Amino acid sequence: MNWTWFYKLGSPKWFYETANKLLPWFLWIGVLMLVIGTVWGLVFAPEDYQQGNSFRIIYLHVPSAILAQSCYMMMAVAAIISLVWKMKLADMFIASAAPIGAAFTFLALFTGAVWGKPTWGTWWVWDARLTAMLVLLFLYFGVIALKSALENIDLASRASAILVLVGVVNIPIIKYSVEWWNTLHQPATFTLTEKPAMPPEMWMPLLVMVLGMYCFFTAVALMRMKNEILLRERRTKWVKTIISEDIKR
Amino acid sequence: MSRRNHSEQGLLSVLGVVLKREFLSAYRSRQELANPLVFFIIVIVLFPLGVSPEPVFLSKAAAGLVWVAALLATMLSLDRLFQSDYDDGSLEQLVLCAQPLYLIVLIKSLIHWSLTGLPLIMLSPFLATMLHLEAQHLPVLMLTLLMGTPVISLIGGIGAALTVSLRSGGILISLLVLPLTIPVLIFGTGTVQSSIDGLSVAGHFSIMGMMLALALTLSPFAIAAALKISVSD
Repeated sequence: MNWTWFYKLGSPKWFYETANKLLPWFLWIGVLMLVIGTVWGLVFAPEDYQQGNSFRIIYLHVPSAILAQSCYMMMAVAAIISLVWKMKLADMFIASAAPIGAAFTFLALFTGAVWGKPTWGTWWVWDARLTAMLVLLFLYFGVIALKSALENIDLASRASAILVLVGVVNIPIIKYSVEWWNTLHQPATFTLTEKPAMPPEMWMPLLVMVLGMYCFFTAVALMRMKNEILLRERRTKWVKTIISEDIKR
Repeated sequence: MSRRNHSEQGLLSVLGVVLKREFLSAYRSRQELANPLVFFIIVIVLFPLGVSPEPVFLSKAAAGLVWVAALLATMLSLDRLFQSDYDDGSLEQLVLCAQPLYLIVLIKSLIHWSLTGLPLIMLSPFLATMLHLEAQHLPVLMLTLLMGTPVISLIGGIGAALTVSLRSGGILISLLVLPLTIPVLIFGTGTVQSSIDGLSVAGHFSIMGMMLALALTLSPFAIAAALKISVSD
């Protein structure tokens, strides 16, 4: 296998230029898919026979919940890379992705509460899924807080990588502890192994929304990483050139 | 053979020195040891006064109240764990020491537990009785605390090690550590609840034992790694 792409990731300059090229693609494809998915899901998808129109919030709830969790897993992979290969970009990804992940977690909790009111009759229950997501939100807050508390960037990057990994060890434990403790939430909508229980007219727009959300996440993460690169590499020559050209324009 | 003997003796003597030093410095600052205990009692007293003094409510809530108070009291004592060693430079000596840091931090965390967690456990039956928990459930509560508080000290050690280079790590430690201790809390109080409901508690204790085993084996690695990072600054 050819590993040159991996070594190239060691260069913030190469990544900055590649991100510049990729960013519009992810951004516009993401926005396009989100618009299509939203209109399709909210207007054209059939009503649920039990929940009526209130189920349509699934088109926002499920994609944000999926992103909230997979963002943490991506951060965990980045944490390993950051600790093992000391790659600066991996830490920049953690720094950039943590607030996005926290936002998605909050969005999933909020839309879940809005969905819970008409279907369960309450905004919040101390249910397994909900509690685990709340803990995930606290884990994101912990990473953000630790990063901002440690001023030395090198120290902050290694400390937060350890924190992210400790959180990963704990996530299955949290998940199962709260699952055995109390549960009301329905099982996952999408699994890799089984066909969804919904008809295709319902899950197709959801799939579009999930994929669109991934593109959107990538675009936002790339934007934040670009800023992070400019901030951390501000003393290098290529960043100074870029900034001075930007000012001239 | 002789070299191996030598290094083994080295390890044991280093651990002995750490042990003696920890207990001595704890003995010389006795008031600091009492503070988390007093905090523990005050937090528990707040609930009957603030929520409801009714025996029916209190006996249901007793296990949870004792557990939450124990969790908070341990959090309060955590910034002591490595702070003074960091300030006077002895932490650097421990990191540079030829013996594995893994074992040294394990010993340090266990001493921390024996000075904070153990007294809490001894106090807990009295406070639980004041909260109208029936006497037959007191041993269960104490046993869950006995298995759970070392886990909290060990996970807390990770937070303390990550924030040791900060001037005011106190509240940040709680922010980092409390979410990670939620499983211990759930199973700690769940065990007592099953005992009150007349169910078997063996399964709950097995899971708490699993968490204790995981914490004893894994968290010293994370603490040692975090300390190396904090010291290298």
